[in-house]
Amino acid sequence: MSTPNQNRHWTYYLETVGAWALALLWILPLLYAFWSAFHPREYAITFELLAPLTLDNFKTAWNQAPFARYFLNTFILVTMILAAQFVLCTLAAYAFARFEFPGKNIAFVMVLLQLMIMPEVLIVENYVTMSKLNLVDTITGIGLPYMASAFGIFLLRQTFKTIPQELEDAARVEGCSRLQILWKVYVPLARPTYIAYGLVSVSHHWNNFLWPLVITNSVSTRPLTVGLAIFGAPESGVDWSIITAGTLLAVAPLLIAFLLFQRQFVQSFMHAGIK
Amino acid sequence: MSRRISQSYIYGWLLLMPAAIFLIAFTYYPAVATLAKSFFSQGTALKPSEFVGFENFAYMLDDDVFWKVAWNNIMYAVGTIPISIALAILMAVWVNGKLPLRSITRMAYFTPTILPMIAVANIWLFFYTPDIGLLDQVSAVFGLPSHNWLGDPDTVLGCIIAITIWKEAGFFMIFYLAALQTLPPELEEAARLEGASRWYYFRRVMFPLLMPTTLFVLINAVINSFKLVDHLFILTKGGPDNASSLLLYYIYEVAFSFLDQAYASTLTVVLLLMLALIAVGQFYFLDKRVHYR
Repeated sequence: MSTPNQNRHWTYYLETVGAWALALLWILPLLYAFWSAFHPREYAITFELLAPLTLDNFKTAWNQAPFARYFLNTFILVTMILAAQFVLCTLAAYAFARFEFPGKNIAFVMVLLQLMIMPEVLIVENYVTMSKLNLVDTITGIGLPYMASAFGIFLLRQTFKTIPQELEDAARVEGCSRLQILWKVYVPLARPTYIAYGLVSVSHHWNNFLWPLVITNSVSTRPLTVGLAIFGAPESGVDWSIITAGTLLAVAPLLIAFLLFQRQFVQSFMHAGIK
Repeated sequence: MSRRISQSYIYGWLLLMPAAIFLIAFTYYPAVATLAKSFFSQGTALKPSEFVGFENFAYMLDDDVFWKVAWNNIMYAVGTIPISIALAILMAVWVNGKLPLRSITRMAYFTPTILPMIAVANIWLFFYTPDIGLLDQVSAVFGLPSHNWLGDPDTVLGCIIAITIWKEAGFFMIFYLAALQTLPPELEEAARLEGASRWYYFRRVMFPLLMPTTLFVLINAVINSFKLVDHLFILTKGGPDNASSLLLYYIYEVAFSFLDQAYASTLTVVLLLMLALIAVGQFYFLDKRVHYR
């Protein structure tokens, strides 16, 4: 009787060690970035436990590139996209969830198709559109293609559908208009979905790179990712410690938010994925 | 009654209108315009753009770089998808079980997901640097010679694949974790009482029950293999000799470095076709799973 039990214990320890080893491997690049950023450059590639700590790399990185401006640009971008997405997706999701109108099913399939054909694929033609609209090298230009998000519409529609029709009927008897119902009944009840979608959207656009790279060409519009790519380019001749310090600066707000609200983040990505 | 119905028509479309305008302007119009442009030559100051039929496509079929990039993209997908899905399942099973330090482990797995690809590339660049990079430092311990990982056409795509696996596995883990939490615990108990091994239980019970999740993750992974090119900008710029270039990166180069929008549109049409194929596949395989209510 004891053999299978011991057997289980033996594999249990093996699996635990395996899980930890994989976790260590997964966090290693980030740990390295911290090591290199907080130590003088001589220690960037040699690992001594008692190497002196320093914040100079962060100071140098901060002074070498207009990070403050990049932060501001990214902040404006992310806020603008999120606000527009909330409005556009809420209205469209309400239409899909609670109204009957001709062409509804076709329209819904057209929306879902955008899950496949993301704006990244259409950079060539969208660039042409932006130059016609005179929006090249503006933060609005970066944001526009992402504002009607199929993902957001789908997510909110699914949530609105779970809200009992009786609540809407009751509100209508009270004399609420359709938009008032949306604002006072649906939006508050869908708050968890808004939070989940908001977190996913903010982290996506904080990290987005290709389209912002294409559409921006000056310091006053570049988001952090594009600024960081220019900062870290080998041509710019910056050394490792400073590059990693700059990199950590750029990811710090998101990383800190993630560490503080880990459960919320994981659940949001989960919630957003299951639909 | 009919007045209410027509009122509902108007309301429905009015609510949909703002989003529809954006979708048309930045998704449908550009998709159609891309297709149209692929049949025209690239206009220059001396020679305006003109209709050339399938000439751009013929050029593409003769373009060695296109075939190389397409092949790379297939290898990129084949290299990243199975391993990242397998790792994602493993991670999810571990983190879902009775593991000591479970939440720290889960955090470690998930962290790469929230880092931008550009930042990730900056950090990984150090690992791959010849001589002083971590990879060479480790291999030197075993007496192996130094190697220019990103400079060698034989290893560069593998390096790119490794980063992508690292970035994606933790993201996919989340979906498996969600699915595992819906499996009734009685299943595993019953299997244990019957004397089934953990591996047998996984193979015959858990994995089949996770199939819908695997399909969902698979489709996301395939889309990502066309979309994730950010790290190329830092690490290789598609080189050496296009050995690590991918379709979307090549489109970017053709459009914004070689300034040939007509050919870039032709390449984009190929990308759109691939995505349309995935879309059809998804509706075909997954429509039973997506709950339209």
